[in-house]
Amino acid sequence: MDVKLSGATASDVERAAVATVLGPEPPQAGRVVRAGRAQREQRHLLLPALHALQDSVGWVSRGAVDHLAERLGVAPAEIYGVASFYHLLATEPQPALAVHVCDDVACRAAGAGALLGQLGEAVQRSACLGLCDRGSAALVRRSGPPGERIDVAVAPVTALQVAGFLGGEAPPELAAADIPPPQAGKPGLRLLRRAAGEVITTVDDYEAAGGLAALRRALEQGPDWVLAEVKAAALVGRGGAAFPTARKWEAVLRAPSRPHYAVCNADESETGTFKDRVLLERDAFAVLESLAIAGFATGSEHGFLYVRDEYPLARARLQAAIEALRQAGWLGAAVGGPGFAFDVELRRGAGAYICGEETALFNSIEGRRGEPRNKPPFPVESGLFGQPTAVNNVETLVAVLEALRVGGSASTKLFCVSGAVVRPGVYEVELGTTLQALIELAGGLQPGRRLQAVLLGGAAGSLVGPSRLDLELSFEAARAAGLSLGSGAVVVLDESLDLSEVVLRIARFFREESCGQCVPCRVGTVRQEEALRRLFSGRPLGSREDELVRLSDVAEVMRDASICGLGQTAAIAVQSALRGLS
Amino acid sequence: MFGAGGGTSSYREIETAELIVLWGSNARETHPIFFHHVLKGVRNGARLIVIDPRRTSSARWADLWLGLEVGSDIALANGIAHEIIHAGLAREDFVRRATAGFDDYRRCVEAYPAERAEQLTGIPAGVIREVALAYARATRAQICWTLGITEHHNAVDNVLALINLALLTGHVGREGSGLNPLRGQNNVQGGGDMGAIPNRLPGFQDVEDVELRAPFEAAWDCVIPPRRGLHLSQMFDAMERGELTSLYVVGENPAESEADQHRALRLLGGLQHLVVQDIFLTRTCQLADVVLPATASWCEGEGTVTNSERRVQRVRKAVEPPPGARDDLEIVAQLAGRLGRPWGYGSAEKVWAELRGLSPMHRGMTYPRLEALDGIQWPCPSEDHPGTPTLHTRLWAEPRGGPPAPFSVVEHEPPVDELTPDFPIRLTTGRRLDSFNTGVQSSRYASPLRRGESIDLHPEDATQLGVVEGERVRVVSRRGALDAPVRLDPGLRPGLAFMTLHFPDEVPTNVLTIDAYDPKSGTAEFKATAIRVEPLAEPATT
Amino acid sequence: MSAELALSIDGRDIRVAPGTTLREACQLVGTEIPTLCFNPNFTAANACRLCVVELEGARTLVPACSRAVESGMRIQTASDRVRHSRRLVLELLGSSVDLSLAPDLGELLREYGGRPERFSEAGSATVEQPVKVDNELYVRDYSRCVLCYRCVQACGVEAQNTFAIWVSGRGFEARISTEYDAPLPDSACVYCGNCIEVCPTGALMFKSEFDLRAAGTWDEGRQSTTTTICSYCGVGCSLDLVVQDNQIVRVNSPEGNDITLGNLCIKGRFGHQFVSEPKRRERSS
Repeated sequence: MDVKLSGATASDVERAAVATVLGPEPPQAGRVVRAGRAQREQRHLLLPALHALQDSVGWVSRGAVDHLAERLGVAPAEIYGVASFYHLLATEPQPALAVHVCDDVACRAAGAGALLGQLGEAVQRSACLGLCDRGSAALVRRSGPPGERIDVAVAPVTALQVAGFLGGEAPPELAAADIPPPQAGKPGLRLLRRAAGEVITTVDDYEAAGGLAALRRALEQGPDWVLAEVKAAALVGRGGAAFPTARKWEAVLRAPSRPHYAVCNADESETGTFKDRVLLERDAFAVLESLAIAGFATGSEHGFLYVRDEYPLARARLQAAIEALRQAGWLGAAVGGPGFAFDVELRRGAGAYICGEETALFNSIEGRRGEPRNKPPFPVESGLFGQPTAVNNVETLVAVLEALRVGGSASTKLFCVSGAVVRPGVYEVELGTTLQALIELAGGLQPGRRLQAVLLGGAAGSLVGPSRLDLELSFEAARAAGLSLGSGAVVVLDESLDLSEVVLRIARFFREESCGQCVPCRVGTVRQEEALRRLFSGRPLGSREDELVRLSDVAEVMRDASICGLGQTAAIAVQSALRGLS
Repeated sequence: MFGAGGGTSSYREIETAELIVLWGSNARETHPIFFHHVLKGVRNGARLIVIDPRRTSSARWADLWLGLEVGSDIALANGIAHEIIHAGLAREDFVRRATAGFDDYRRCVEAYPAERAEQLTGIPAGVIREVALAYARATRAQICWTLGITEHHNAVDNVLALINLALLTGHVGREGSGLNPLRGQNNVQGGGDMGAIPNRLPGFQDVEDVELRAPFEAAWDCVIPPRRGLHLSQMFDAMERGELTSLYVVGENPAESEADQHRALRLLGGLQHLVVQDIFLTRTCQLADVVLPATASWCEGEGTVTNSERRVQRVRKAVEPPPGARDDLEIVAQLAGRLGRPWGYGSAEKVWAELRGLSPMHRGMTYPRLEALDGIQWPCPSEDHPGTPTLHTRLWAEPRGGPPAPFSVVEHEPPVDELTPDFPIRLTTGRRLDSFNTGVQSSRYASPLRRGESIDLHPEDATQLGVVEGERVRVVSRRGALDAPVRLDPGLRPGLAFMTLHFPDEVPTNVLTIDAYDPKSGTAEFKATAIRVEPLAEPATT
Repeated sequence: MSAELALSIDGRDIRVAPGTTLREACQLVGTEIPTLCFNPNFTAANACRLCVVELEGARTLVPACSRAVESGMRIQTASDRVRHSRRLVLELLGSSVDLSLAPDLGELLREYGGRPERFSEAGSATVEQPVKVDNELYVRDYSRCVLCYRCVQACGVEAQNTFAIWVSGRGFEARISTEYDAPLPDSACVYCGNCIEVCPTGALMFKSEFDLRAAGTWDEGRQSTTTTICSYCGVGCSLDLVVQDNQIVRVNSPEGNDITLGNLCIKGRFGHQFVSEPKRRERSS
């Protein structure tokens, strides 16, 4: 980069914040300066450094960008490009306190509309915060010195409470809203085995609960044994794409280029999805153990766990678990004894749904805009830092532990049931359970409500009507029905909701979350929302049929020609609704 | 080097190097498109070392920047050689087969252990060792330099010191390894190749060699003076002595570009007859008895230039010159006619054909071939020869082609203009990205980067002097003084100042510089002037 | 060198060297694939999606500019699905961006039967915004920007490595921008003009051209181009001088040149103005 600094300077507080990530500032240039590659290799610390600034002063100022540019050798324009990509980083001064209230489909289905109406402009409206099992949700944040900072997700939340926060009242403790999943105490749970119980906070307790046995066994038996077991379990990825996990790991293990990376994708941002949050919050040790196994089975020495920024409790528990595992020798230079070095770095997202797309996630870890890469090359060949990378969803990793523990096929799956049901929450059921049965497991619809539709798989999924409650929830059956289980979101929408509002919210979601890189998605998501607005308001451009043609044209180009899954799925729910409506 | 003055590698070879050393070059600003190749090399994994007293925009790209003392390049090079030899990393097979004079060289550099080199250069001994090992161990390494090496009173020795390093490690004559002087002007290389230097005939042929002279005398039907002429600095000395009384200046502005400008103006003004041929009425033109308005040869006429990778390239006429301006070739031909040699005014291509007949290294370069191949790198001895991307591969041939490449014994000599308590600051000069030399061409477009001339100081020096950015100060050397605004540059260090020569009408930097010059190349020591800086305004007393 | 790969393009069988892209393979059989963001000197940006083709067995269309040939691929370059996506890409761009200085895209719109106006009504989102004229050399009119990333690539790692501009914001609000949208003279811009050289839509323009256009005197019919060598440093960059009425009105970097790789610096790009300096004319006549 060529250097031209604005003249704005970073404050001492900002410099100190950056130093918490990048270390103390190097001495002034003497006769010798080492920079170049050594400096460029720190590039991946850009996003953590931006977070440090956001946390301490509430925004990313121009002086701070110049300071970061000097320290990292990344140009101010690029840093600005990165910072302005993420919704939870501000590039203009903000009040220290911010309350983000979810106005997405699941919270609205649970009645958040009234809350939002009362709060008006005082709060920032947010896409799904992943607290759909508790109704209306808010993320409360205050920047400032470490002691004064607030970063808490609150749910359920009332308008009165939010007004209190805005007026200076302290929100509840981080763990206050932590509740076990509804199936707690039920026998036969596998994926939720520990998550449904008391939260484990020490390595000893984790071991006492059967933890680390799988990792020990893996270390004894070797990577090929792990691959064989995972293969035998017929485990496929639970992030939405349903790719066979063993195949992915094996490809990375055999890739000649070094180093390899193991990455846990905990950027759960799909509308109506919160199963990973529950695992991260309530079974953090297991996620990390399994990530270490993934590292072992793929020949990786370094793991990253990328967790969405809206999950402060998960972050705190994961960081504590990482430190405990390091202390106990289960992460670090000699995992469970010499021979296997593996450590995990926790990385925060910064408010971008797209970063759940694996290649966008890599870019984000590398300190870039979360723009997906074209595939191929696939991550197993060229992933994080251009190296072979195994990236796995949280639930997948936990399922690996079960596969290694008991063997046999991975026959259960987690579903996130929310909306107008009696007991919303994460449910573990056998694959093949019907949608009807799942809803009944959640207590059925709340009294007096009638089912209008189910948003299956989140915003990227489909709206299915009551006639399809007999749908078997398995990857195969869903595919046969032209549907996808996606992230396992099951948002139950009753008849009190205006379905066109739901459809519009989904369209807006994609418009706001499109990274903007490719034309079909960048412009297509906008044209889709515009056409829906016109259509639903009864003022179509031309005839109603013209609008439907336009929508289907846009849907087709987004599906066919977008770079990544976001654009490719951005019209599915809309089209499924229109088919129902038309 | 070793009988041919040109860079040994092609630009594209830089992209494949493992180690690139930029020595006394701020190519990012002075040779921006060459630096693109450096950057491609860096992206391909090359390590970049920049050696420059200033932490320039090039140095900012470096994995390692060495801010050596101005004029201590030989000490550093010899120190590096010492460490290479002592680490047992000299490329002995190459030294044996391809070079001469190694024993004398080894004895010379024995006096430059890293610790002594540290004292002379300011670079820690450990870092000197590190550079030595990196250079010796690289499979492909490039050293590229510019005026930071050659604008010194011992310029040729500086260059020889770098050549020695390449000979010691075999980093020359192989694809990807080389020694590359980056030429400062678009036809410095071509000018030398064409014989526009005092000791050479076209084709870099020695004017003092009777056998080489003979074909020219036959072709030109004249007797060529058998001895070398004067280079620019010697001409000024000859003017001083009253021996040179008439001067014909073509496309040069010595009234502003020469070091020690007061002296240059005095001597030019004292000439009996001064003829200047230029595209503008420069300061030198203003002193002239006769001015010959010329065309801008790169776009108003036809011909060739030769770049820093020895590539002969065609320039072509794109616009009509202003009325009255004439092509350089036409002016010279008419002048010859008036002097009794009616050459007639041929085309550029005809002149080129004559050159090809007399210069073996250009023989294969017909105009159609230059056109078809987008330029050709010399030597190109025949019309079926593709040109020579990498020079001196003969040194690696089995058996070796031609004579061995000689090591040279060169010793550290500090700059002539000494630092003393009266003149405690070392002023060095250079170019900025958007400007060029005395600004004859470059001052005439609206560059948003241009901020005029300044004296650049390290912030600590400014604080010590009690001056701030933008404040005008007096800059005094042993030869002259001028006023200039201060600009702060943390890329300098305390005791090191920087100016350019770009704005002589605003700030005549060359009234400060010293005309001590290298006896062989004639280049003055623009890079090392001793100055002091005096605040102009009285300190505010409120 | 590994063996050649066999594939079929629109039913024609062909063998190509490994590493060949689909676009290149199509060229070999005489089929030009339309591109917008693609620049031969840069890594494919993959952003515009104009070059998509149909790969048998693939769920989605694939970008021909970057997708490498694999053995046995069966490609359709003009299927209904392909033509539909290209038409929609062009329509979506045409409905949101001023393409009036992008004749190639206009031509493609006609060829594919695109009607961008069908997406436009008064309230439709566009990228319209005021022209940025903040220096004497460049004009930036982002109302014409299709976000092809070429300028960012040219300013960044693919060529100039100055990084004065980057993509900021996201989604439809993504823009090419300096840090905090600062004026160019406050940015790291070094005015090499390499971004302008690669801009396909006239969003980036030399001020000289902008002014002539504004005055109505820009006339490509009266322009000639001559290749010569830059008059400044000793690198020897080839310049394409575009001359109108005996004035240099624009300087381009010729394609396929091993020295410049399609780039120039500020002096080569703009330092020619001395040639037409009126003073030369006055004095010498």
